[in-house]
Amino acid sequence: MADYLDEMDHLADEADPTVGDLEIQNYTINFGPQHPAAHGVLRLVMELDGEIVERLDPHVGLLHRGTEKLIEHKTYLQALPYFDRLDYCSPLAMEHSYVLAIEKLLDLEVPLRGQYLRVLFAELTRICNHMLNIGAHVMDVGAMTPNIWVFEIREQCLEFFERASGARMHSAWFRPGGVHQDVPLKLLTDMADWLDEFPTLFEDAMSLVIDNRIFKQRNVDIATVSKEDAVRWGFSGPMIRGSGIAWDLRKSQPYDVYDRMEFDVPVGTRGDCYDRFMVRVEEVRQSARIMRQCLNDMPEGPVSSSDRKVVPPKRGEMKQSMEALIHHFKLYTEGFHVPAGEVYVATESPKGEFGVYLVSDGSNKPYRCKIRPTAFSHLQAMDFMSKGHMLSDATAILGAMDIVFGECDR
Amino acid sequence: MANGAPIISSNEGVAAALAKSLGAAVLDTVEAYGEISFTVDRKKLPAVMEKLRDKHEYQQLVEIAGVDYPERPERFEVCYHLLSLTKNHRIRVKVTTNEDTPVPTVTHIWEVAGWLEREVFDLYGVLFDGNADLRRILTDYGFQGHPFRKDFPLTGYVEMRYSEEAKRVVYEPVKLAQDFRSFDFMSPWEGADYILPGDEKSDEKSGDGDDKGAKS
Repeated sequence: MADYLDEMDHLADEADPTVGDLEIQNYTINFGPQHPAAHGVLRLVMELDGEIVERLDPHVGLLHRGTEKLIEHKTYLQALPYFDRLDYCSPLAMEHSYVLAIEKLLDLEVPLRGQYLRVLFAELTRICNHMLNIGAHVMDVGAMTPNIWVFEIREQCLEFFERASGARMHSAWFRPGGVHQDVPLKLLTDMADWLDEFPTLFEDAMSLVIDNRIFKQRNVDIATVSKEDAVRWGFSGPMIRGSGIAWDLRKSQPYDVYDRMEFDVPVGTRGDCYDRFMVRVEEVRQSARIMRQCLNDMPEGPVSSSDRKVVPPKRGEMKQSMEALIHHFKLYTEGFHVPAGEVYVATESPKGEFGVYLVSDGSNKPYRCKIRPTAFSHLQAMDFMSKGHMLSDATAILGAMDIVFGECDR
Repeated sequence: MANGAPIISSNEGVAAALAKSLGAAVLDTVEAYGEISFTVDRKKLPAVMEKLRDKHEYQQLVEIAGVDYPERPERFEVCYHLLSLTKNHRIRVKVTTNEDTPVPTVTHIWEVAGWLEREVFDLYGVLFDGNADLRRILTDYGFQGHPFRKDFPLTGYVEMRYSEEAKRVVYEPVKLAQDFRSFDFMSPWEGADYILPGDEKSDEKSGDGDDKGAKS
């Protein structure tokens, strides 16, 4: 293009300077809000010079449901299911931040088995989420088969969620004080079997992608982000690790029993879309490793706190004990009171740092519950990441960001 | 610590050291639940933030949260959550403001502040001086009001539907088929500060304790 323009310059006539001038006008297009590669309701207003992205303005908020406002009108326990509906691809990871924030305010201890179960299912959620993202990313750049294969794995993950909580996606299984109910032994043994089986299919699917020439052409050196930029733009999760900073909240700020787990934190070297993709692929393997450790080390015992002012008693107990019946009634009408104060608790969700800033005024409802979405800072960086790239690269960049609008727009 | 919340580096001495370094800009220091928060002078916010980033290694601005306390003279609190990747530590910096007084922007210190400030502006109506792109972000195009203020009703003021006659989406005042009911479930002899149903005429009776509102 540049040579062509230079050539045209020579054609310019002194007397009539516009003769032979080539006038190219940038044009603006809408990418989304209804676009299969927009991963939901994202509207990108793109200013294009030919096929090169000059400027990009993401319009978010099309899925804004006012979750934080709704939470202010619900008791702490009633607010919990809203978290499943934030990032609907990794529901349990969202709940994790919220229950930890409540427990921090209450200074409530969770029995060891409860903590192990939480870590186990948080990692299962990570695998489940990465299956969706890896598949979607690969499909965004043109490959069909791996997506269908990894969706099979995702389906198996969802079956485990269903067996534990009764719901495939919106589990509401993590509760302040532990988890809602214990899992049957058969589920744990099946999970152990599955951990031996699924890598075969996963590695098969990845072998189609990782060294694939087309996939590399579409991802290597696309949207490179330096370490400095990653920090300044508030990146977290696979995005910051893709840029080469070994920052993982599970490692550096361990919660529940993550400090007992042994796992590696993969980092990228160039900070491009391919690195971010590969970080996720490696995280799946590491998650499987953590899950195996959980299954091996999980002790017997209660799964939730025995503090009856927070955790409701079991049905059987209620048939026998008046005290238990009163506790149950109070917990499901009034709910529990949380001491006044404010905490910010962030966990490593599959997409990055998912934080909950919880302000309590001592009543049974949160005074303010600010949710720190992972997507907000990543999507904001989309403008500088896409600058100078082709229109078709925007889908690869978006795919490597792993954005879900339930969480971004809240 | 008994609870399972994320463990960060020790807070010991951090609050005092930072408060000393920031000097007169700090109005209040609170350390509770293992978290440190500073309330700083609104005008000195950019200088404080720059110092925290460059001298004290708080490299990342993680979050800006607005909180509304309608009973206070300066009703809004804007809470900046900072994270240090090198020291593995978090702090919170707060400023207070009201509807009309702008807060200086920190977009020149962290680019990520752009959208975060837009969000606080959109939901609370807090103005940010110097933010070049202070548009609404989460609410609808052409939305009016700031929905997360405590005096904004949960149901909102308008509802939207597709009108077959007009062949477009129309906005209408909210019509609820049933009155909006807000239950607080507080136990009436502990927390309720309203007149209990059936107690409206209990003015003559005394010693109830719950009908403070009715008597004053």
